[in-house]
Amino acid sequence: MTAPRPALETATMVRAGEELAVDVLEHHLAVIDAGEESIHAFNLVTTELARSQARTVDAAVAAGRDPGPLAGVPVALKDNMCTRRVPTTCSSRILEGWLPPYDATVVTRLRDAGALLIGKTNMDEFAMGSSTESSAYGATRNPHDTSRVPGGSSGGSAAAVAAGFAPLALGSDTGGSIRQPAALCGVVGMKPTYGTVSRYGLVAFASSLDQIGPFATSVADAALLFDVIGGYDPLDSTSLNRPTPRVLSVLDDGVDGMTVGILTEFMDGAAPDVVARVNQAAEALATAGARVEEVSVPEVTLGLSAYYLIAPGEASSNLARYDGVRYGLRVDAEDTVAMNTATRSAGFGAEVKRRIMLGTYVLSAGYMDAYYNQALRVRTRIIEGFTAAYAHCDVLLGPTAPTTAFALGDKVDDPLTMYLSDVCTIPSNLAGHPAVSVPFGPGDDGLPVGVQLLGPALSEGTLFKVAAVVEAAAPDLAVPRITAGEAA
Amino acid sequence: MRADWQLVIGLEVHCELKTATKLFCGCPNMFGDEPNTNVCPNCLGLPGSLPVLNQRAVELAMAIGTALQCDILPSTFHRKNYFYPDQAKDYQISQYDEPLNANGHLDLPDGFRVGIERAHMEEDTGKTTHAGASGRIHGADYSLVDYNRSGVPLVEIVSRPDMRTADQARAYVTELRAILVASGASDGKMEEGSMRVDANVSVRRSTDDPFGTRCEIKNLNSVRSLGRAIEYEAERQIALIESGEQVVQQTRHWDEGAGRTQALRSKEDAYDYRYFLEPDLVPLVPDVEWIRAVADTLGMMPAERRSRLVELLEESGGATDSQLLQVATVVDLGLDDLVVEAVAGGVGSALALARTANEAATDADAARALDPRSYVELLTLEATGSLSATQAKAVLAELFARGGGDPAAIARDKGFEAMSEDSLVATVAEAIAANPGEWSRFCEGDDKLAGFFTGLVMKATRGQANGKSVAAELRRLRG
Amino acid sequence: MAAPARLTREDVAHVAALARLHLTEDELETYTEQLAQVLDHAADVASLDLHGVAPTAHAMAVTNVLRTDEPHPCLDRDEVLAQAPSVEDHRFRVPRILGEAP
Repeated sequence: MTAPRPALETATMVRAGEELAVDVLEHHLAVIDAGEESIHAFNLVTTELARSQARTVDAAVAAGRDPGPLAGVPVALKDNMCTRRVPTTCSSRILEGWLPPYDATVVTRLRDAGALLIGKTNMDEFAMGSSTESSAYGATRNPHDTSRVPGGSSGGSAAAVAAGFAPLALGSDTGGSIRQPAALCGVVGMKPTYGTVSRYGLVAFASSLDQIGPFATSVADAALLFDVIGGYDPLDSTSLNRPTPRVLSVLDDGVDGMTVGILTEFMDGAAPDVVARVNQAAEALATAGARVEEVSVPEVTLGLSAYYLIAPGEASSNLARYDGVRYGLRVDAEDTVAMNTATRSAGFGAEVKRRIMLGTYVLSAGYMDAYYNQALRVRTRIIEGFTAAYAHCDVLLGPTAPTTAFALGDKVDDPLTMYLSDVCTIPSNLAGHPAVSVPFGPGDDGLPVGVQLLGPALSEGTLFKVAAVVEAAAPDLAVPRITAGEAA
Repeated sequence: MRADWQLVIGLEVHCELKTATKLFCGCPNMFGDEPNTNVCPNCLGLPGSLPVLNQRAVELAMAIGTALQCDILPSTFHRKNYFYPDQAKDYQISQYDEPLNANGHLDLPDGFRVGIERAHMEEDTGKTTHAGASGRIHGADYSLVDYNRSGVPLVEIVSRPDMRTADQARAYVTELRAILVASGASDGKMEEGSMRVDANVSVRRSTDDPFGTRCEIKNLNSVRSLGRAIEYEAERQIALIESGEQVVQQTRHWDEGAGRTQALRSKEDAYDYRYFLEPDLVPLVPDVEWIRAVADTLGMMPAERRSRLVELLEESGGATDSQLLQVATVVDLGLDDLVVEAVAGGVGSALALARTANEAATDADAARALDPRSYVELLTLEATGSLSATQAKAVLAELFARGGGDPAAIARDKGFEAMSEDSLVATVAEAIAANPGEWSRFCEGDDKLAGFFTGLVMKATRGQANGKSVAAELRRLRG
Repeated sequence: MAAPARLTREDVAHVAALARLHLTEDELETYTEQLAQVLDHAADVASLDLHGVAPTAHAMAVTNVLRTDEPHPCLDRDEVLAQAPSVEDHRFRVPRILGEAP
């Protein structure tokens, strides 16, 4: 398998009539055909939908019309984004067979940009997890080593891009669910500023933290996709009605004169090989003209605890609607309470139940102030901590995940240990800030390491500039070699 | 209600707002459409859907707050979490500890002031119908849900526990309904459920005692059932206490047929709603300009309309009790502008009020549709004696039937030429001549006989004589 | 602020009922242990003195997001009802409801 062609190049060629979208698509369908059995990146490959979109794109080009900035580029969607009349399951039994009657705003924007919707990717059930093992439809495997997890919860999207199934994918990031799998799969993954990408049609996990963002094999491709999906949406009350940073055009601006802070709290808990890679990235930034210094934001150490109070609290409410009345699974019973209970008990997996109960508990009378409200106050402190750091740093640098990809099954029975793998990504969600994970060579085990760049609200332009410099300095990472049946 | 006990009542009134669309989505806010036709991802609670607040709903809620003299405050929305099949998301979006309107009051027509704790916004639920013999929830085999009403905007108006009698509670609901209608916020139809009342009732032996344990009564579908339910509940609580038992804090259901309240659930079963700030919505912070703009669009409230009429009656020595009732009727029916116009046109306030309250009120819809100039002209014809009262009423009925017209022309068509002074004098003289006994008793001071003679004259003239002119002639002849 | 007492089996049974989840005895055991662990970890947050710190519910400070009161197209009823587990008379059918809404 050869290194995938960048999406930017594909779109340029298709728009110029130098390449047919149908050919681009068939190439990727062939790659999927060869590798999907060992990876299980998809819940559904939407072959016919993508083929029809490809024909439309080709017809538009033939007629002299511009199909848009993603013309002919296959994009994989995490299976928690609503696609009209295409199953959307959140990798949960409770939504099995559900056909949404509407498209998410990001889906509409992708369609309008000429993208080919190639499939719905596997994920942790309702995005609750860090390994994609909580999917009701089986785990996704890491293309770099199929005995390892791809990370999560957007593990299917990360694996799809890493495996060359699609040059681009969308994920959602509530506590690291884009960046952590991006790091573990050796691709670029980015969580935008809260409110930059519309959540309309994104099945909610924790509404005040969820953001949709891009996966790509390069910083430039991630920028291309971010520019398409970002921007104000009147259907989302939390969408920011202000100019969205356009990032693709500023990628080559460099880091000369910038200050980069190495976030010491993130380095403290990370594995030595991961720390070494982050330091190497810092050196590259210094070489490129940035001032690099160590920065401490002590408040971030409270992030994990606060997150596991806030996110389950919101989730317990967001997931109440799966009651067997209007859509999805129903398990019949004598009365409505029994039917709700039977449906939810059969339809949700263990991790989802765990978080619903945790969230119900922290919101319940008597505990609300000690847990949920206290966590919201911690959130204020974390924002204050970051604000102090950004008073003298343009961006912060640290690992995305404390380790490289862990083995399948390693942490499934130990929720707390699993939760700890998000320790470096959670603070950005609590603050609403953007952050990006850039692959930076292999760790000691040969598996990908991701370095994370964090910035203040709406600093996407700066982040992408720095990410481009980091990417250029990154040591080579072996391209995944997938052989059919390897996982069996 | 026993004299040695005092009743304490607080009311919670839900009213549906008269918007074109629902509170958080663009589905039509329409009563009576085919089931599940006014629905979208939001009001069906579909995964991925998000709420966006309706500006008009906010402005109608602010109008209610303004009319109830509330402070209009920065506010937020919370989620009230509970499972129920008519609740599409299994939580209700409602304002909780930061309501839009707070600390207002409502003055009853008799001047009694009821405090308003808050008037906050929330969304309505879908509608459930129960299949089975009873048609009620208990004993039903299964139920069917229609989400057309899901997400319809509501304002919940919570009074302070200031009312002390069932009459005050009735007057409060009547006055509040009039305010909601006058502000254009709601059509206030209790029977259709666009206005729903819950009553919190407790009793105590003396004003100095702390409030007793209260019960909340639901399912009050009319002002009448509200009064009956409060009176029943008060007696029930008094009987409990007097027999040495305690009132248990609980929610009770009013059974209109049986005429009693029944326990639904007690405080021990109080549901844990797990209120938390709705993360899908942002705070609502009305600024001074916006609040003022809403206030500027607000018409006159019923209390102001009533005092306007009462002031007009000052010229005739102030309003009598029966006139106060007429004022209330006229304002309730939205006919007070007719009275004001008539007085401005030179008609006496007592006549203008009486005609409006007694005659125009019989067909208020037609009266409101009438060109006020026709109405004023008609009353002027009567006031100047060109038409008798009987004739004026007949012309008014014709005006209503035709939807308008020229009163003078209608009077001519009906042959209502005013009687000449000469023929009136002659007719009165004939009546006196035919009844000498009655005449001498009238002359000795039996004033009641004025009516007797007026009746004879009216009969003889088939109603064309002006009653006042007849009375004047009788007095002149008596000397 | 002092951290609340450790989560008990009864607490878990209570929240499971509130959340409409049925747990077997074994599940109750396992979840109690796992949730207690997570809450123990959260003791660092629960025990902090954050008196006077305002809570942040929304990371981005936005206010007054409103839409005009104009109707939008509704969903096609057949498409909506086709997704429902049980339908009768163009309505969503549910089993017996045992009580009024709380």
